[in-house]
Amino acid sequence: MVQLKINGESATLDVAPDTPLLWAVREQLGLTGTKFGCGIAMCGACTVHVDGQPVRSCSTAIADVEGADVTTIEGVKAADGTLHAVQQAWIDHQVPQCGYCQSGQIMSAVALLRDTPNPSDADIDTAMAGNICRCGMYDRIRAAIKTAAKGA
Amino acid sequence: MGKWTRRGFIGAGLVAGGALVVGVAIRPGDRTDDLSKYVAGEGEHLLTAWVKIAEDNKITAIIPHGEMGQGVHTALSAMLAEEMDADWAALKVMEAPAEKEYANFPLVREFIAGGKNVPGLVFDTLNGVTLAVAKSMDMQITGGSTSVRFTGTGAMQTAGAATRELLMRAAAKDWDVNVSELRTAKSVIHHDATNRSAPYGQFAAAASKMKPNLHPKLKSRNDYELMGKPLPRLDIPAKVDGTAGFGIDVKVEGMKYATVMAAPVHGQTVLRLDKAAAEAVAGVISVHNMGSYVGIIAEGYWPAKQGLDALDVEFTKTDETSLSQDQLFAQYGAALDNGKRKTLHKAGNVAKAAERAAQVIEAEYTVPYLAHACMEPMNATAWVHDGKADIWCGTQNPLGTRMAVAKALELDAENVTLNTAFMGGGFGRRAIPDYVLQAAKLSKVSGHPVKLIWTREETTQQDHFRPAVLGRYRAALGEDGMPLSWESVFVHKMDPPEASHVPYAIPNQKIQVVESPSHTRLGPWRSVDHTQHGYFTESFIEELAHAAGKDGYEYRRALLADKPRFVKTLDAAAKLGKWGAPLPKGQARGISIVESFMTICAQVVTVDMTDGNPRVVHVACAADPGFAVNPDGFEAQMQSGIIYGLTAALYGEISLEDGAVAQSNFHDYEILRMDAAPKIDTIILQSDAKLGGGGEPGTPPIAPAVANAVFNATGKRIRKLPMRDLDLGLAS
Repeated sequence: MVQLKINGESATLDVAPDTPLLWAVREQLGLTGTKFGCGIAMCGACTVHVDGQPVRSCSTAIADVEGADVTTIEGVKAADGTLHAVQQAWIDHQVPQCGYCQSGQIMSAVALLRDTPNPSDADIDTAMAGNICRCGMYDRIRAAIKTAAKGA
Repeated sequence: MGKWTRRGFIGAGLVAGGALVVGVAIRPGDRTDDLSKYVAGEGEHLLTAWVKIAEDNKITAIIPHGEMGQGVHTALSAMLAEEMDADWAALKVMEAPAEKEYANFPLVREFIAGGKNVPGLVFDTLNGVTLAVAKSMDMQITGGSTSVRFTGTGAMQTAGAATRELLMRAAAKDWDVNVSELRTAKSVIHHDATNRSAPYGQFAAAASKMKPNLHPKLKSRNDYELMGKPLPRLDIPAKVDGTAGFGIDVKVEGMKYATVMAAPVHGQTVLRLDKAAAEAVAGVISVHNMGSYVGIIAEGYWPAKQGLDALDVEFTKTDETSLSQDQLFAQYGAALDNGKRKTLHKAGNVAKAAERAAQVIEAEYTVPYLAHACMEPMNATAWVHDGKADIWCGTQNPLGTRMAVAKALELDAENVTLNTAFMGGGFGRRAIPDYVLQAAKLSKVSGHPVKLIWTREETTQQDHFRPAVLGRYRAALGEDGMPLSWESVFVHKMDPPEASHVPYAIPNQKIQVVESPSHTRLGPWRSVDHTQHGYFTESFIEELAHAAGKDGYEYRRALLADKPRFVKTLDAAAKLGKWGAPLPKGQARGISIVESFMTICAQVVTVDMTDGNPRVVHVACAADPGFAVNPDGFEAQMQSGIIYGLTAALYGEISLEDGAVAQSNFHDYEILRMDAAPKIDTIILQSDAKLGGGGEPGTPPIAPAVANAVFNATGKRIRKLPMRDLDLGLAS
């Protein structure tokens, strides 16, 4: 049994301790917004926040997040349903194409802007280079991050 | 026939509500009778195959193409709404069911025919783009950049206009007025003379009993209110909050999880399987020898994957087991030397032209196999029980997939129900249903509903690859440096047939292909044969320009003088990319132009070679698709196609070792990332030409434009992709 907080609520998970957080979130908790891409922390599709830090959930054992505060894409909106500035900027710039990587992109961008409210291009490169977008929407992601930064 | 089940797991607001109830308006002899049972709910009337109207005026566009991020649901529903004068803001969208009535073989045939001949029947069959041959072909393809070009114009716009006419006729009859006195706007019919207005829904039932006009008058481009303006994509809100339903997100009651390991060399089978170690993994339910692959069923993906890692399996050896990449290309070389050549295009006499040559230029180019590398690993969910199969998956060919499942399970197609989901990338890969058949078979042998998820390694190695290709080029130049002849011979040919043709005015041409098959599975990869031929043609023409001592832009321009759309597009890219303007030391520009899927696309790239590796800093892209239905969506497709092609040009290589794919995951099959992504500026040119494609035409020009820029920076010609491992040296 592993206890942790998911999107502000307590959860108890009955899974093997080496189970990656990704699969616990998707299969046990039914939160399928977090995506499986590579399984080796190379693509960023599975990015969630653990105690506020972006981590690759495919390569994070559930036992290592015992007692932690985990936020997934489903927990990024405000309680009243208002979109996060990053999510709104993603819509304003029409960022997603297939959309599969975008949960991870948004989680990385939210963490970036919290720590670096006015990121430079180099800051964006560093924070976002771990997230592959196979549809190649990097120009739009960069523009959307800058818009969200202005609005923040 | 099992009714089509709505995609309940897809984002809210995308799918029309209402139960699916049979018994709506009957139209004897009309195909919509057959279709209503699949798509129309109570109080809903199917006016053509592509639109239904509820009595509460809720209008739903029925889209026969899968959404993989290309924005097809938005663009096609806008084309319908435009001609129908439907209220765009209130329009709903649903994906057409995988039924023969929605087959679109003519689109596929058109794709194969290369965009040169649009079959008249596409425009003559208002109720769809179907005919006997289409039904027999079981195709419902999203690919070949055909959706907007053919379904859009041939079906959606025509259906929209015909529907509007039907509704107006019904209103005119009801109000006892002349049709010509009516006007329509935002799903409402107005008769200004008597100050009457009523929503479309009020006339839906009456209209559905009338015979539609098969050749309604379409609006002129100048009158468009929706088409040609940037439209927010309908699928985007669900893609920013985690609610969009992809195939991998499907939930079915009692579902188990599966993963597979296929024979690493295609054609091999399981020789020996010891299940014990895998079955001993906690959570593993069963291990299955499926002939060419092993399947593991478990309580979750993770235990299934651990079972896979513990698997003790040996596969048979075949003749290809020792094949290496070098041997493959040696085989290609031998085929080009001695193989039977098939001539694809011939003009004039190349031998005679060579006699007059001031110089003869020759070059040989190679490109490797490429994987599609969709972000969403291949997956499908199946529940085979009681002589029926329920399937859930993302697919570029729902009907073909449904038929393939029926065949694989030896079921009647009526007993197979296919539910489609968003695709986490397609690029041609999801037109091939191998992963779906595996899910269906694993469900059948295990007796469980099964969600099969391939590992990334399996997704990379069991792809159907863009062919590795070797091509040889020869041209004779006259005293003025202009080409007298152009000869090419290469291995492999898929589609479209004009991919190897050159747009340039060269009087003597001979273009030939030689077959050199291998065991590797091949498939359509974004822009299909244009990927390699765009690179070959646009590299070689640049070599000719260089040999002639001329500027690549001016040389192309002179050879395209009789093609004003090409010249205009080339000029626009050159201007946008500041062709000829000074650049910092270490940087240079390269140019290319390729027409594919009826869109002409020119690109000017700026490459920085300061550290010896090509870094693309800017791409100027000009494209003439005739008309862009959703300009913002079209621009996104250009950006996407460029990055996709740039990834391939810089890094992309699938190679063979002992007959098997050497690469496995993103560490050795690299994808371009944010820190290497160029700034892209796009200009869309409107012309009077028929609609061109959007999804693919951005890809072919990028590799040669980068290669030409690298040459201009370093003096080194790139005749082999990818560029990553080449010793290019520093900028000269």
